[in-house]
Amino acid sequence: MFDNILIYFVVIPVLMLAGVALCKNVKQIRAVAVVGSLALTALSVYLLLDYLHLRHVGATAQMLYTGSWAWFTPLNINLSVGVDGISIAMILLSSIILLTGSFASWTIAQPKEFFLWLILLSTGVFGFFISIDLFTMFMFYEVALIPMYLLIGVWGSGNKNYSAMKLTLMLMGGSAFLMLGLIGIYYHSAPEGQPLTWNLLEIARNGAISENWQLFLFPMTFVGFGVLGAMFPFHTWSPDGHASAPTAVSMLHAGVLMKLGGYGCFRVAIYLMPYAANELAWIFLILTGISVVYGAFSACVQTDLKYINAYSSVSHCGLVLFAILMLNTTAMSGAIMQMLSHGLMTALFFALIGMIYGRTHTRDIRQMGGLMQIMPYLAVCYVIAGMASLGLPGLSGFVAEMTIFVGSFQQGMTDYLAGAGSLRLVFTIIACCSIVITAVYILRVVGKLLLGPVYDDHHRELTDATWWERLSTATLIICVAAIGCFPNFFINLIKFTFSPEIFSVLNFTQHSGIASVLGMN
Amino acid sequence: MELTMLYYLIPSLFMFCCGVYGFVTRKNMIAILISLELMLNAVDINFVVFNRYLFPGNMEGMFFTLFAIAIAAAETALAIAIIINIFRVASDIDVREINKMKF
Amino acid sequence: MDVTLPIIILALPLFMFLFLGLLGKYMSHRLAGILGTAGMGITLICAYTVAFTYFFSGNPDFINAEGERLQQIVFNVTWLQFTPSLVLRLGFLIDPISSMMLVVITTISFMVHLYSNGYMRDHHGVWEKGFQRFYAFLSLFSFSMLGLVVATNIFQMYIFWELVGASSYLLIGFYYTKPSAVSASKKAFIVTRFADLGFLIGILILSFYAGTFDFTHLTSVAVEGLNHVYQVSEGTAQNILSIFANNPASTFMGASVLTWALVLIFMGGMGKSAMMPLHIWLPDAMEGPTPVSALIHAATMVVAGVYLVARLFPLYLMETAALDIIVVVGALTAFYAAMVACVQVDIKRVLAFSTISQIAFMMVSLGVARPEFHHGLGYMASMFHLFTHAMFKALLFLCAGALIHAIGSNDYTAMHGLRKYMPITHVTFLIGCLAIAGIIPFAGFFSKDEILTACFGHSIFWYIWMSCVAGLTAFYMFRLYFLIFWWKEHKVHDPHHAPHDQPWTMTLPLVILAVVSCFAGFVPFGNLVTWNGHPMFESVSFLTNLENLDWSVAAISLTVAVVAILIAMKMYKTENELPAKMRNALPALWDWCYHRFYWDELYMFITHRIIFGLVCKPIAWFDRHIIDGTMDSFATLTNKASWSIRGLQSGNVQTYVWIYLIGVILLGSITAICLI
Repeated sequence: MFDNILIYFVVIPVLMLAGVALCKNVKQIRAVAVVGSLALTALSVYLLLDYLHLRHVGATAQMLYTGSWAWFTPLNINLSVGVDGISIAMILLSSIILLTGSFASWTIAQPKEFFLWLILLSTGVFGFFISIDLFTMFMFYEVALIPMYLLIGVWGSGNKNYSAMKLTLMLMGGSAFLMLGLIGIYYHSAPEGQPLTWNLLEIARNGAISENWQLFLFPMTFVGFGVLGAMFPFHTWSPDGHASAPTAVSMLHAGVLMKLGGYGCFRVAIYLMPYAANELAWIFLILTGISVVYGAFSACVQTDLKYINAYSSVSHCGLVLFAILMLNTTAMSGAIMQMLSHGLMTALFFALIGMIYGRTHTRDIRQMGGLMQIMPYLAVCYVIAGMASLGLPGLSGFVAEMTIFVGSFQQGMTDYLAGAGSLRLVFTIIACCSIVITAVYILRVVGKLLLGPVYDDHHRELTDATWWERLSTATLIICVAAIGCFPNFFINLIKFTFSPEIFSVLNFTQHSGIASVLGMN
Repeated sequence: MELTMLYYLIPSLFMFCCGVYGFVTRKNMIAILISLELMLNAVDINFVVFNRYLFPGNMEGMFFTLFAIAIAAAETALAIAIIINIFRVASDIDVREINKMKF
Repeated sequence: MDVTLPIIILALPLFMFLFLGLLGKYMSHRLAGILGTAGMGITLICAYTVAFTYFFSGNPDFINAEGERLQQIVFNVTWLQFTPSLVLRLGFLIDPISSMMLVVITTISFMVHLYSNGYMRDHHGVWEKGFQRFYAFLSLFSFSMLGLVVATNIFQMYIFWELVGASSYLLIGFYYTKPSAVSASKKAFIVTRFADLGFLIGILILSFYAGTFDFTHLTSVAVEGLNHVYQVSEGTAQNILSIFANNPASTFMGASVLTWALVLIFMGGMGKSAMMPLHIWLPDAMEGPTPVSALIHAATMVVAGVYLVARLFPLYLMETAALDIIVVVGALTAFYAAMVACVQVDIKRVLAFSTISQIAFMMVSLGVARPEFHHGLGYMASMFHLFTHAMFKALLFLCAGALIHAIGSNDYTAMHGLRKYMPITHVTFLIGCLAIAGIIPFAGFFSKDEILTACFGHSIFWYIWMSCVAGLTAFYMFRLYFLIFWWKEHKVHDPHHAPHDQPWTMTLPLVILAVVSCFAGFVPFGNLVTWNGHPMFESVSFLTNLENLDWSVAAISLTVAVVAILIAMKMYKTENELPAKMRNALPALWDWCYHRFYWDELYMFITHRIIFGLVCKPIAWFDRHIIDGTMDSFATLTNKASWSIRGLQSGNVQTYVWIYLIGVILLGSITAICLI
């Protein structure tokens, strides 16, 4: 069991938990958290390189590093692990955000308990991304959700009890749908007379879920994961939850946990139920298309920095689900890029907001101004994060959005010309409009918060970033710029998964470009 | 006239019913306690009577009654202690008013 | 061509940006300025080498046996693969217009770098705060603009287009403590972003149908198709025209898909090039430092829209409907901006509106260009005017910067009669005015004359219209000139603080640009830049442009310009009542012009009242009260239901006994009934 590299993504956090439990003072806790998350980062970088190497030398299996250990045989529950490029990208993202999040919570109160819960949460996250067994996946999913309640309820700010309760209850509500869906999938996972299974790959290979059942189970799983992906109208936990959560929790939650939603929709709902995905995509396209512009418009009039960012997350994560539903290779790659991009970018945003809030003790943009003169480092980082968010080329947002738009437009036009309705086309154009609205709210914040004259003279005494804050933000900015400057590396990492042989849903819609529509090839 | 079992059982039934009635209707805790004692005593009588008429050679019913009386005495003492303490805290022994620990 | 120089041209400004941006605060102001200028100087040398090699080396890669100039891709690196066929590459394309733009950008950028060394410090030599940052941003802008012009494909152009927008945002908002600068930069970014939305959708449509982003593929195939159309030769190549034409759904809302794509792409150009109605950001952008206005908002970035249309010109030729739209938009903008420029008080705003008007000239010129008239004279004229305009408008802006630097105000009311105090500025400004007014032999005369000739060839109406605008141009420029340098004597309180000419770093660029403005008109553009690479003239000499003039058009435009200048002289040379009388004669017109036809107010209304008030706020309210209210009401309902049944668990033993008794009796009777 321990000869599989993937298992260490769960083992290291568990060791970290034990380590933190044994710590006696805050320095030891910081050391454990930083060393542990550095180890995870190093491991995920190694995994990335090794994966690319294996693909380079010709590994063609869909998932690599697979392993399976029986856990509860009467119900066929196994601990099955395996990763492809997409999971590796997500694992890398999680470890980077855990690392920077540890730096961002350098001076948190009650550090021992905080880090215990935080690391438990990341155990769930890593476990989710490495699992290919639906049951263990769901279990890790819940492990990642529950600590959130305490992290917000205890270390939060503002109306934290309400927010923590709301967030947990809404996500649990989603989980209820999800569990129904997963159990339904389990009972249709194999043809008559064969043993049932929870294993994703086997279920996909069997393809035994009947079309009617797909139509029932697809909305269950999609909504279940969609709640976590902040899909309209199940997004309202996001503004309150993010506003109340402490910095590192906001970072991990917006940066990684919301990705669990997108990843789950993609890996479970669409992958296992291609027929229903194609049939029902329109409903969710409308919902996610609304998310994209709705979140952006809402963000335009918020006054709390965290609310602005939470609504912007609704908009950006909406774009992830939107792109996934295009059922088109390019758009789906774009969705994965957007997950990475949004994860890093929004973690950077929340880190900066936490740092600014820690100094000014307000998050109301009406009560701040001219911070560029007072804390130039943080302000410049904020501008860079904003630029990434509004899609400046060279930073991650641009490549992700452009890949999505190109893919969606191709799919929309293909649908339209093939007489399959203009829904995708119309919503693509609507989604494109979000780049303008995003610019409006980002520049509004930058203008009010950072530029202009200093609003409050008491702020003049505030200090700029400390070394751990610089480290945390600089790491994130480097990652954002790396994706923005070398997008093809990431596209190559994830493109293997998107072949019609693996992703059978692409068979429904794989034609793209005018040539195939007109039969000109 | 022969003194049959029925002559004992009817008064004890009456006593028991009085006890139940008192238990559910009285609001004063002392009265409720008294009603409780009534029910206990009715049951004691039954034990003795059944022992005497149905199993004349045995003594279990008698002993059981003696135990019950002893325990009832202890219980009454405890109950009165509680009631006195409640009275000290709340200046009242009306069960409708004593709901501080309800929710 | 060797890849070294092209790579240096792109990499050096980027490196200077990162270097000055990250390490600038650890070095002295002077060093940062020198490094920035030196970096730009090297870029300038490289760009000149590339451009001159392209134009004059006679290398068969660049010019074929018939003397046609060819496009060449120096390098092209895969950057992002969308689909197996649709690949986004970053590369370096040289052809006549990109070489010409390399020269323009590096020249103006170098002048501005040099000039800023003097401008960005006050009279006592104290450096402006953030001086190093300023140079970093200038380098970033130069990098983006160079990347834009050498783009090998339309998506690369879009990438650098966005970068140019962002660097413009940073530079307009350079004085970030000033609220007006902050809002101006925000406005510039958002307006151009809105336009870029159109550009993006246009790209998506075009790339979907054509299956490629590459200019060479898009335009050369189109050129082939056009040769087929215009020269009636046997063209059998499967070209884009056929892709668009044979398409079952090729029309959408009455216009062909290609028209839609081209109009949307032109919308992007309208944003960057400040065409009406997306022009509102440019006058406000004058909040930035004046060298920035000279570089970005006069000479280089604002002509990106013209460059874009020129780049896709063969495609536009296939859909002349789009060209007609360009003509109308351009002509209206030209006239509008010229009207407004006649009454503005702020000298930078006059120049800004003049820029809008001149760019509209270039747009009109592109719009009227047709291969059947003088081998696409309009295209050549547009590029020619772009070139000359960049020189003399940068000169005018730098002169304005010198004036503002000396006086400390943007209003001509604070200037008047400066000719004695600032002789060099006076002469160079006059040369700039003569050039823009179109007086022979200054640069603007030739290019404007070509434009008017092209208009004449297209339609007499637009010819008259544009001639009127040319007259207005001469009028408002000389109005400005006379109001700054004449009108009345400048009052000087203290001779030691009298306005004076500038240090050499500022003077040198003025002189160089003035000399260029005098002679740029003689560059034989017709043989260098044409829409399909064909040379226009058989042989070339210094006087080629003069010999090939259409004197009937030239004489009329000269007369118009001279008359306009005389009117301006009459009105503004010495202090008199005439301007006030004019103003009182047509108060409404004056008012509308002064308030820029209330476009800003209209936009304010749309953005604040409609977008914010009627969209954003209701959505935010809806989210908090309806969506969130629904979610909360689930919780409230559950809560209420629990409260309503909690009475059953009363804690009252007597109640329990009652319920127990009733239950026992019920159960007993049921059992009894069942047994019986």
